[in-house]
Amino acid sequence: MNKTVKVVLGVAALGFAASTASAATLDDVKAKGFVQCGVNTALAGFSAPDDKGDWKGLDVDLCRAVAAAVFGDATKVKFTPTNAKERFTALQSGEIDLLSRNTTWTLSRDTSLGFNFAGVNYYDGQGFMINAKKLPGVNSALQLSGASVCVQSGTTTELNLADYFKANNLEYNPVVFEKLEEVNAAYDAGRCDAYTTDQSGLYSIRLTLAAPDDHIVLPEIISKEPLGPAVRQGDDQWFDIVKWSLYAMVLAEEYGITQANVDEMKNSPNPDIKRILGTEADSKLGTDLGLSNDWVVNIIKAVGNYGESFERNVGQGSPLKIARGLNALWTKGGLQYAMPIR
Amino acid sequence: MASQDIVRHDAGSRSSFLNDPKIRGLIYQTVLFVLLVAFVYWIVGNTIENLRRANIASGFGFLNNRAGFDISQSMIEYSSDSRYSRALVVGLLNTLLVAVTGIVTASIMGFLIGVGRLANNWLIRKICMVYVEIFRNIPPLLVIFFWYFGVISVLPAPRDSVQLPLSSFLNNRGFFLPKAVWGEGAWLILVGLVVAIAMVWFVVHRARKRQEATGQQFPVLWTSAGLIVGLPLLAFALAGFPLTFEIPTKSTFNLVGGFQIKPEFLALYLALSFYTAAFIAEIVRAGILGVSKGQSEASFALGLRSRQALRLVIVPQAMRIVIPPLTSQYLNLTKNSSLAIAIGFPDLVAVGGTILNQTGQSIEIVAIWMVIYLGISLLTSLFMNWFNAKMALVER
Repeated sequence: MNKTVKVVLGVAALGFAASTASAATLDDVKAKGFVQCGVNTALAGFSAPDDKGDWKGLDVDLCRAVAAAVFGDATKVKFTPTNAKERFTALQSGEIDLLSRNTTWTLSRDTSLGFNFAGVNYYDGQGFMINAKKLPGVNSALQLSGASVCVQSGTTTELNLADYFKANNLEYNPVVFEKLEEVNAAYDAGRCDAYTTDQSGLYSIRLTLAAPDDHIVLPEIISKEPLGPAVRQGDDQWFDIVKWSLYAMVLAEEYGITQANVDEMKNSPNPDIKRILGTEADSKLGTDLGLSNDWVVNIIKAVGNYGESFERNVGQGSPLKIARGLNALWTKGGLQYAMPIR
Repeated sequence: MASQDIVRHDAGSRSSFLNDPKIRGLIYQTVLFVLLVAFVYWIVGNTIENLRRANIASGFGFLNNRAGFDISQSMIEYSSDSRYSRALVVGLLNTLLVAVTGIVTASIMGFLIGVGRLANNWLIRKICMVYVEIFRNIPPLLVIFFWYFGVISVLPAPRDSVQLPLSSFLNNRGFFLPKAVWGEGAWLILVGLVVAIAMVWFVVHRARKRQEATGQQFPVLWTSAGLIVGLPLLAFALAGFPLTFEIPTKSTFNLVGGFQIKPEFLALYLALSFYTAAFIAEIVRAGILGVSKGQSEASFALGLRSRQALRLVIVPQAMRIVIPPLTSQYLNLTKNSSLAIAIGFPDLVAVGGTILNQTGQSIEIVAIWMVIYLGISLLTSLFMNWFNAKMALVER
């Protein structure tokens, strides 16, 4: 009921707000003194609070990066945990300034929902997880005919699932919950034979199950899931700030700028690095964006470059140990390619 | 009368028309009405303007688009190729299913428990009291969780299903019963039933006429039961027993075939019935206690036995007290069914929520929810008001 109330309140906000959509989000953010960022309720590696209550994760780092770019202080950010259903209303109504919640970039979300996606911070695809101990011999999603499949409602995952089983002429029985925690609990209790969501999510959720080693992720990837941050349409300046905050992290990795060496790098003679870090004489790159010239320095000091953030949250430095794969830099055979800062 | 005339005359002569309470009331109402219209106008205009500025699509056209998602339990034909509007109908029917079955069960349970609280037997009285106190004081969501996570989730997996008599099975995927498959000539049974009902109506009518005229009683209950069971059975035999059963069988993942009751429905249905029954029991108890003691004493004095007194004297009078608050409980049960979303039962709110998220049309979906729940509630009230009027004391 709580979520329905939230949605209703969000709808009411659309009615009452005098001018949510047109006001410059940057001015609003500066006036209130923090960035309000919508994140996932609890998806380890992407956005979840740690044992001290601090939010951690790849999506959370992006929120902090935007705060660092705007305020020079990555702590000036507040997090709104949202489930799959609330997230869009929260952004539409202006309750949050930025949605960084493993959200798939699709055409209808770009158009009829009124959003702009500011890039892709994780290239993902949908997969299936099963309990190998209870279902020995199942090693392909094509063997899942007749299975009950747990899925979160209102996601692209739910639609891909229907399409995949239809395309392969397989029967299945969807078991749909609204909250991630409810899906996890139902799967762990054996209500479903399989769990489907983005593969990164499956690896993250597997760690939270009672016996993680009993579960395997099946090899099939049934969809493209480019996950990225979204903002409201109609505010190009804010859209640019979020977009270039993400690009700045990726570019920093490309040029070898890390959290540890960013101060040294300011003295680098390389003109590209000088432009990125705003040390070029009479540089207007940062101020043209509505920020200070050392905005990238602030981002890297706060969260590190994209590679550092990736390894710390979902890669080798984390319990998830996800390989870079598609998320490696374009120079290393991946898809992460940032536009030049110049 | 005279004094009023004097006051009115007095007031009119001394002061302006603004002091006339009638005119003043009219002015206040006009001002309030104008303000209300202006407020609604402003809200609607502002919403449309904001939607336009934020480039959010609006209107109900999306209802004709392909839904694209599957629904686990549906009373009508539905696939991911169906339209959003059909998905909403599936959700609405699921809401109605759980509301109607819940209302019937809660009424029966509530009536029995309410009478049980007044029983002469100490044990029955205390058990009923404990029941009421437990379920009345727990939020309905927790009762739902209790049934879903506490009872049904801990049942064995499909491989080790609990086998019950009559080839039915119970496991954590639900309750599996043999499905009746009717063969050729099964329509005769239906004909038998219709004829039986018509005959029962006739028997009841004649029996009452006879009792009013002669005072003689006719065993209506037993005759009716005999007719309703006997005639369809006779038809069944005449048609050559056209009935086979499809028995659920084990497959790789689950039991297939047969009639399946999903755990989400089962948990919601049980929780709503158990929860609402506690309130109905209290209403029934209040209704019975509300009939004055003299009524039962009088019926005993007339020689009625305790069961007859209850059926013929106490309950009919208690019903008049019971029906109005019962309506509220039925409405509550229907509205509480929206808690289905917590355990993934695809009711109107759950399905609507999915559509809301796929299309982003939050205002339209919320409006549809409100209109439908309002409609269901008004219809329920209308029916219960009619029923109340019918049961009210008719003076001859």
